Amino acid sequence: MAIDELEKKLRPPEAQMAPYPPKVITLASGEVMVVRECRREEAGALLGTVYPLLGVSKDYYDIVAARMYSEILGWFRYRVANEFVIVGAINGEIAGIVTSRHVDGKTGMSLHTLTIKRGLRVGAQLFAAKMEHHIEYLKEEEVHIVAESPIGFKRWMIEYELEDRSAQYPAVRHELGGVPTFTLTRRLWDAVRPVKCTGTRPVAPEVLKTADKLRMPSEYVQLPGWKRGD
Amino acid sequence: MAPRVGIVGIGHCRFGNSSDYDLVDVIAYSANDALQDAGGLELRKQVDQVFVGNMAAGMFNHVTSAASALVSRMDMEPVPAELIENGPASGASAIRMGYMAIASGMADVVLVAAGEVMRSVSGWEATNIVATMSHTEAEYNMGLTLPGFAGMFTRLYMEKYGMTERDLALVAVKDHANGALNKYSHVQIPVTIDAIADGESANVVNNYVAEPLRMYSTCPISDGSAAVILVNMDSPKAKLFRKKAIRIAGMGAATDTHCVHNRKDPLVLDAVRLSSQMAYKMAGIGPADISFAELHDAFVIFELLNSEEVGFFERGKSFIGVRNHETEIGGRIPINTSGGLKAKGHPVGATGVSQVVELVRQLRGEAEEGRQVKDPKYGMAVNFGGFGNNVITTILAKD
Repeated sequence: MAIDELEKKLRPPEAQMAPYPPKVITLASGEVMVVRECRREEAGALLGTVYPLLGVSKDYYDIVAARMYSEILGWFRYRVANEFVIVGAINGEIAGIVTSRHVDGKTGMSLHTLTIKRGLRVGAQLFAAKMEHHIEYLKEEEVHIVAESPIGFKRWMIEYELEDRSAQYPAVRHELGGVPTFTLTRRLWDAVRPVKCTGTRPVAPEVLKTADKLRMPSEYVQLPGWKRGD
Repeated sequence: MAPRVGIVGIGHCRFGNSSDYDLVDVIAYSANDALQDAGGLELRKQVDQVFVGNMAAGMFNHVTSAASALVSRMDMEPVPAELIENGPASGASAIRMGYMAIASGMADVVLVAAGEVMRSVSGWEATNIVATMSHTEAEYNMGLTLPGFAGMFTRLYMEKYGMTERDLALVAVKDHANGALNKYSHVQIPVTIDAIADGESANVVNNYVAEPLRMYSTCPISDGSAAVILVNMDSPKAKLFRKKAIRIAGMGAATDTHCVHNRKDPLVLDAVRLSSQMAYKMAGIGPADISFAELHDAFVIFELLNSEEVGFFERGKSFIGVRNHETEIGGRIPINTSGGLKAKGHPVGATGVSQVVELVRQLRGEAEEGRQVKDPKYGMAVNFGGFGNNVITTILAKD
């Protein structure tokens, strides 16, 4: 794509961000999930994965899918500053996606976590990977987080014992719609990391290769009877 | 002499998340399924009595009088209908009431349906509601929940008998392998010992819930229902049903102290032992005659303890049996062939009936390939109410 002067003006300034090194996690089922940062050219597979969930109201998949769709599209088209996308893939098939944004050297802005393969804490692992990237690789001091579903609230606010910063509104506010802002600090991360974050590095080349080309799921437990291509 | 009582129809929904549905509809689903299995929906007009098992619809769903609602929903008026509540043993108690109704001569055909919709509330609210069955002053008000209780219980057993956390994980691996093959299971995912106990990610993948209990030592919070149709096998009505009856050979029930701290040894589950002894005596058999068993395993430690109390293993030795694969399908005494509460799920009020449905499926030879016990003769179910303080044991026989 030609980047003309107008397009340059439309794009946000981008900070140089440290990459997220890939890792591998053995899920309870024994399946191996590669967790890695996505490349922009993979946006098509990511959007295609999210799209079928736009109409699933149960467990708030619709709102999370809609927001994540716009976040990935915004990232792909250079309309969001310093966004990153991390994917979990099992044999190349997308099992879950997380989106987030590096605001500055001190602050991260967690966007969304979408679990495709349920029942194995894939979402919990990917959320932890996102926090790991913010605190350990991007060297931020804190990450602002909101929940838009009861599952999210339980998984993040309760299980991580996040700091409730809602009383500091509007001085402290998440970018997503004014819902109460909670914060993961470096101190909290250090406390929960041993029980929340796992994964082996470096990933063996043959294992990493399984996730080199991402595949959209052909079926979703959230959409009984639905098959891709039908 | 009391008439013989048998089961001629079984119904079950897939356990999981039914929170979008009305509780009574969830129960009616399995009741209709049982009638279809027995020969057709028109058989509902032959039913003399309905018992509904449910633990806490008043709190979970703001619904009371579910038995009255079910009868009306299924166009079964004016059949008598009562709700049976006995904590997580409500289902087995409802079957026991059905048995007694037939044995007493007051009914020839009884529909027993049970269900619970727990995911209408958050997980911790569900835990709170279930905890209300504990002693109010001595336990509940002190902040004890069932996972907390089971954690302490497990720790005591580990210290006394040398069981390890890995032994608990082996039970979960076995249950999930069975549950993965059961079309009714909430969790249809097999798990590996490497992933949940031995591997370097195990601490995170299988996180603590109430140390030493981990996620895979604990049942999920499930919605669901199950139903059975009981018949007087010596009545002319028995001929109306399509399926050959699976006979209720033995039933036993017993209670223990409400306060766990009032027991001489908290690791001794008197009510399980006594109820199973009653059931064995009634059936005229002993532990060695049982082909397979469904043992209440809201926490996997209960499966181990129950298997000792009913006489399958010596005290403190059940985990050795698990290590030796004795409780797997094909082993000496297959336990929780359905996946148990651990994998199949535990919609509290429905569990006792669900266990008995599994006994019938196995005795009929209708379990899925890979988890069918070979040529079973007797199946046993132990359903726990409270923390082992109100227990029902049921033995079914294939004649």
